[in-house]
Amino acid sequence: MTSSRVEEELVTVTIDGMSVSVPKGTTIIEAAKQAGVLVPHYCYHPSLPSPAVCRMCLVEVEKAPKLMPACVTAVAEGQVVHVESEKAKKAREGVLELLLINHPLDCPICDQAGECELQNYVFQEGRSGTRYADYAKRYSPVEDFGPDVLYVPNRCILCTRCVRFMENVAEDPILNVSERGDRAYIGISTDQLLDHPWAGNVVDLCPVGSLISKDFLHKARAWDLDKTASVCPGCTQGCNITIDTRDDIVVRLRPRPNLEVNRHFICDYGRMNYRWLNRGDRIEAPLVRDGGRHLATDWDTALDRLGQLIRGTSGSAVILASGRASTESLGLVRRMLDRVSVTAVVQVPIGEEAPLAAVPNLALRAERAPNLTGAELLGYGSDWPTGLIELASAGLVIVLDADLSQSDLALLAKAPASVVVMGTVFDEELRNAELILPITTMAEENGTYVNRDRRIQRYNQAKSQPGMARPAWWVAGEVIAGPGPSAAAPATAGQAFELLSERWPVFAGTSYDDIGFTGRVLSDSAGATGSRPASRAGVS
Amino acid sequence: MGYPHPSHPKENPVLSKHFGDPEARSYDGWVKRGGYEGLKKVLRMTPEAVVEEIKTSGLRGRGGAGFPTGLKWSLMPKADGRPHYLVCNADESEPGTFKDREIMRWTPHQLLEGCAIAAYAIGAERCYIYIRGEFTDPYKIMEKAVDEATAKGALGGNVLGSGQRIEVILHRGAGAYICGEETAMLNSIEGKRGNPRIKPPYPAQVGLFGMPTTINNVETLAAVPHIMMRGGEWYKGLSLNNPKSTGTKLISVCGHIQRPGNYEVTMGTPMRELIYDMCGGMRPGRTLKAVIPGGSSVPIMSAAEADDCLLDYEGVVAKGSMLGSAGMIVMDDTTDMVYQIWRLARFYAHESCAQCTQCREGTAWSVRILERILAGKGKQEHFQLLLDLSDNMTGKTICVLSDSCAAPIVSGIQKFRHEFEAYIQGAREPALAAV
Repeated sequence: MTSSRVEEELVTVTIDGMSVSVPKGTTIIEAAKQAGVLVPHYCYHPSLPSPAVCRMCLVEVEKAPKLMPACVTAVAEGQVVHVESEKAKKAREGVLELLLINHPLDCPICDQAGECELQNYVFQEGRSGTRYADYAKRYSPVEDFGPDVLYVPNRCILCTRCVRFMENVAEDPILNVSERGDRAYIGISTDQLLDHPWAGNVVDLCPVGSLISKDFLHKARAWDLDKTASVCPGCTQGCNITIDTRDDIVVRLRPRPNLEVNRHFICDYGRMNYRWLNRGDRIEAPLVRDGGRHLATDWDTALDRLGQLIRGTSGSAVILASGRASTESLGLVRRMLDRVSVTAVVQVPIGEEAPLAAVPNLALRAERAPNLTGAELLGYGSDWPTGLIELASAGLVIVLDADLSQSDLALLAKAPASVVVMGTVFDEELRNAELILPITTMAEENGTYVNRDRRIQRYNQAKSQPGMARPAWWVAGEVIAGPGPSAAAPATAGQAFELLSERWPVFAGTSYDDIGFTGRVLSDSAGATGSRPASRAGVS
Repeated sequence: MGYPHPSHPKENPVLSKHFGDPEARSYDGWVKRGGYEGLKKVLRMTPEAVVEEIKTSGLRGRGGAGFPTGLKWSLMPKADGRPHYLVCNADESEPGTFKDREIMRWTPHQLLEGCAIAAYAIGAERCYIYIRGEFTDPYKIMEKAVDEATAKGALGGNVLGSGQRIEVILHRGAGAYICGEETAMLNSIEGKRGNPRIKPPYPAQVGLFGMPTTINNVETLAAVPHIMMRGGEWYKGLSLNNPKSTGTKLISVCGHIQRPGNYEVTMGTPMRELIYDMCGGMRPGRTLKAVIPGGSSVPIMSAAEADDCLLDYEGVVAKGSMLGSAGMIVMDDTTDMVYQIWRLARFYAHESCAQCTQCREGTAWSVRILERILAGKGKQEHFQLLLDLSDNMTGKTICVLSDSCAAPIVSGIQKFRHEFEAYIQGAREPALAAV
């Protein structure tokens, strides 16, 4: 019965000779994607309503009297569609010619060059010369739309994606189409700024270089960028992102589509939160305390010392962890201390929540710790003071890249415990630490975060680590395996992840490969060590 | 009647019978002339029977497209529990067309009665009349008529004691030609930018405020009371050429003609008779060069084509143009066709809503090319360029504004190429300063 219902809802169409079956109601442009055919388009965007105004996606549908806009025309059974027919190509060439007549062709100084859909389609199937040489091009000066967005009207093709994003997605309709005819431009409401917490998405949505980011202005050419699939370290939402680097420097974060998490969007807070990944004052070698000073050493020496400290701990241990630490690092650091009683807490900075109005379950979350849920599943508490109270009686304290406040540091200084810092930047206040171990940031390692909906998502190494810095999971894995060449320490994040499932069954049903590029939701039934309310209590 | 001229015997004044008669403007005056009898009759019928009567009459949309009115009404969903709307398109902005203005100026109750009947037939309790912003006088007259009809009970919560609610709301446009496109009009009434909508969905399914909506032209609705009073068969009989074109048609004649004005003729009347008999022919010493028969959006006809053209939907199509809104622009032998086509193109470029690429950029570019030709800087390749552009602007956009810009350009080049050549080859003095 179920299968017949499915059959009923499928429609089979032929697109450029490829037969494809898609659910009833699917648009031709989406059906074409399924058939492996890209219908060139500008105004269409899968996360926005379709106005069918650019007329670029006109395709030939057999038996239809006119070319049909693929973005709003639903497939029909037996329909035969031609995207690459002479008629359709001629129509697209016509649109491209008209889009170019007033375009400044300033690609050499345009940030969009190299990732510009106007440039791409014109090179693909536009005319080689102009027939508009007799006239001056339309000119309007650049306008400042808001904190990070500039509007370059000369390059605008009036696809209205930005207008629709603000109106239909952000539901803050401050952009509009002003004037008519070829005098039309994107207007902004008087005395308003494009400062919505999600406004930066208009830059990504703009298919040309008309809306550009001040932060990225003239910073790098698109073709020089290396792109790495990652997860935003900004909050517990876990938006999928691409980290763009140039010569090992992070220059830009952009949303990476994930319809389950963030559709095609990220918030401005997340977008701008990358400069810490480029800090130059990094710890580059393991440091051991020698009297009143720290001496750089090699990893063998440092790991031996760490092992000794753990074995020598008589009392309890405390882990003060950053909410940006990977699941693998949090888990293995916790496992490393299994022989002693441990109080583990994760740091959760709190900020203002900023939802994206029209997208359910998408917001910049108040909890600015991307792996809060992962930490909780691993038995970490989120009540920071609980960890601080335990400092007074602990024999060993591990600081896992936490940002310690002055009062935190004062408590730590008074604590009788041995202090081990696994960190990225050196803090003078930590001069009493027995060991300072250089670890990598999320941009320099592979790992996973678990978002607030228990979706575990992988992020990938986007740049090389400074000096001898290693992922925290590597350090803990080495300690767990013990010294010696026969020891089986995890060499990859995937192997580190496998070690988690041995102790935390919640991860057992998921393999690192399965997580893929869009993540997997961890099932509730797998029996987490601590469900959310229990871990909120703090101590494991 | 050939308002502002006395009626010509060859006319058939039905809608225009009381043009020029100020008394017909008042409610009592209109009732004295047989007004609101059609509505009374309709209120005793079922809505389905009204729709059938209109179908029988063969009435077709007078706004330009000529869609059968009865069929349009029958497309409205039945008893779906949602509010239905009637929208009367009184945004008459088509260059050369000025018939709806006169209907509203002289016989506002004729229109209101038609609105009430149509609203009843499609199950609407509310009718919006979208009046062109520049129509100050007609608006004031309509406003007064609505107040009067409501006070007299011909409109409002209990129409003529039937218990039926039909309210009429006047909505003034703000000067955009495109708001005469029916879906742009819906957006405009809703307070949005007047951009045409994508169809489907059609207004009968998703119209004003998302509800089933019928949009009819002023002249269409004004004909309705007469059909209901005198019967669909009577109206169907008013046809001299093709049985698919029935009734009378108001033709707005302007341009190089002795007596410009509105003329109401039976469908199928020869254009020749209109031009030479009713309108008094060309001015002394002048001969006919071209006619734009259906408002500026249709292809231009040559004098030869106009000579044996019959004025109905099929008759004009047979001569390569369209009846459209029947705004007839007559041009004599002194006309500079290139200049006139440029004027038309400039209008469309100005009025493009800017949504579709071909229209936004194509109309403006066409104007620039025509300007260069008029400035004596034309080139042979401009012919192909104009034709390419026009092809690009035809059948590819959401509405037909860019098609309307292309139509006079293409027909102009086909029929008056030598006038373009004269500018290009320098045989004619430039009409515009160099651009």
